[in-house]
Amino acid sequence: MSQPALSIRGLRYSYGAHQVVDGIDLRADVGSILAVLGPNGAGKSTTISLAVGTRAPDAGEVRIFGLDPWRDHERTSVLTGVMLQDGGLPMSSKPLQILTHLASLYPDPVPVGQLAGPLGLDDFSTRTIRRLSGGQRQRVALAAALIGRPRLVFLDEPCAGLDPQSRAVVHGFIRDLRAQGVAIVLTTHDLAEAEELADEVVVIDRGRIIAHGAPEQLRNSSPENRRLVIGLAPPGPHPDLVATLDAIAPTAAGDSSVVVAGGLSSAQIAALCRAIAEAGVHITDIQMQAQSLSDVFFELTGRPLR
Amino acid sequence: MTGADRPAGGTTETATSQAARPARGMRGRRVLAQTRFETLAVLRNGEQLLLSLVLPLGLLVFLARTPLLEALGMIGPGADPLTLALPAALSLSLASTAFTGQAIATAFDRRYGVLRQLATTPLGTTGLILGKLGAVVVVVILQFALAFAIAAVLGFDAAIDVPAMILTTVLGTAALLSLGLLLAGTLRAEAVLAGANLVWVLMAGAGGLVLAHPGEWGTVVAYLPSGALGDAMRAAVASGTTDVKALIVLLVWGLAGTLAARRWFRFE
Repeated sequence: MSQPALSIRGLRYSYGAHQVVDGIDLRADVGSILAVLGPNGAGKSTTISLAVGTRAPDAGEVRIFGLDPWRDHERTSVLTGVMLQDGGLPMSSKPLQILTHLASLYPDPVPVGQLAGPLGLDDFSTRTIRRLSGGQRQRVALAAALIGRPRLVFLDEPCAGLDPQSRAVVHGFIRDLRAQGVAIVLTTHDLAEAEELADEVVVIDRGRIIAHGAPEQLRNSSPENRRLVIGLAPPGPHPDLVATLDAIAPTAAGDSSVVVAGGLSSAQIAALCRAIAEAGVHITDIQMQAQSLSDVFFELTGRPLR
Repeated sequence: MTGADRPAGGTTETATSQAARPARGMRGRRVLAQTRFETLAVLRNGEQLLLSLVLPLGLLVFLARTPLLEALGMIGPGADPLTLALPAALSLSLASTAFTGQAIATAFDRRYGVLRQLATTPLGTTGLILGKLGAVVVVVILQFALAFAIAAVLGFDAAIDVPAMILTTVLGTAALLSLGLLLAGTLRAEAVLAGANLVWVLMAGAGGLVLAHPGEWGTVVAYLPSGALGDAMRAAVASGTTDVKALIVLLVWGLAGTLAARRWFRFE
């Protein structure tokens, strides 16, 4: 097996008495995307700053292509690109000035134009960062993370505040990086984004990893958590019908739909439909939904992701 | 191979072998690049220019061209006001650039995550601090060159102890910059903006930076960075002497400020 781009073992960090990172293990490989999911304050950003060596861990080990980013920062920093959540861009400078400057700090930078063009930075290159929208700043910050031609990229909420078009551009960039053999570590709140992009997902809560696997693997881990959503007309409530359905399988009712939980057999589904037909109610829609990452998260932590 | 057809990634072998050989000269080049970037940031910023150039040089011309100093009894009748105006302008220049300007710029860079971002680049935290120091040095040299040029045009002709002036400038910069960074690295950006400007006014108006104060207050401010800088600069420029006590006071403040900044400065 090839050397991992990032390997973290038993990582711990506390602010005073508050244990923010409490024994985390992670691995990111070249040519793959690792999504780190978790609510605010879960320890995602702290884990990133420990991983890039701007903080020293209390315990545990971080290696970037085998090197310690805290002790060997000059060498690991050449291999990594970091996009911070708050951008990290000087407000009174213009996008291309910043990128040109950052490029001069790396031995083998990407030409500024190669990032500015595709990311659409030229449209607002005459304005200072202060005068850019949140989405425009995000795109400059992404370019800043990629300018040093990194082999390992950390993206902290790369699509926060982006319009759908910019988001598609950024997602395209991330996929291209993966195709070029870059390892990508992405933190996000956005479950759809994680499902769409990630090869692997870890869910962090209170400084610990509580789930880990491919997105499909996490979602399908328990077939009982699939559910059947049936749309009804005319809109209810239909208390008698719901009672009948509930006898077949556990059912929750809205006015215009019912949700039947659990791993249902074909016979159960047929029985449900027959009961609805016998009650004289029309079926407007039937969907078998797999559990979403959002459901998984809720189930694991007992609270919604946002 | 051009950048266009080369992938951003690469095999782990090339990645590590490249990382294993950090180029020696790169470190110096990065600090110079940061110095250049920070210097341009100062020179492009209107408020910084007002603080660093317009106010100190305006003070120089004002004190030299009006009878204020004579009316205040600060200089004897018929004496050259430039003997006080030039050291006043030099000291105020240092306070603007090394203290107030850097404190505010660094505080906002810290707030917006610029310091954290740069810390992740090969520049690192040491390179970042050296780059800021470099920018202060460049701007101070520019300020001094302009102040001396204006003083020469106005007819300045008094003794200058050049080594004492250089020593005063170096120690004054160290003391003020370390205290400015201490402020920037520990307080909220808005508090630094208000505080660093207020301290600038106090140093100039009552801290012995621009003019020496008589009596007990003068004795007190001689032990503050502003008063010690003012005393040492007035001795070196115009009197042509070395105020050893003031230089020692500056040295102590510089050491204390550097230790405190190293201990308490927070990047986020």
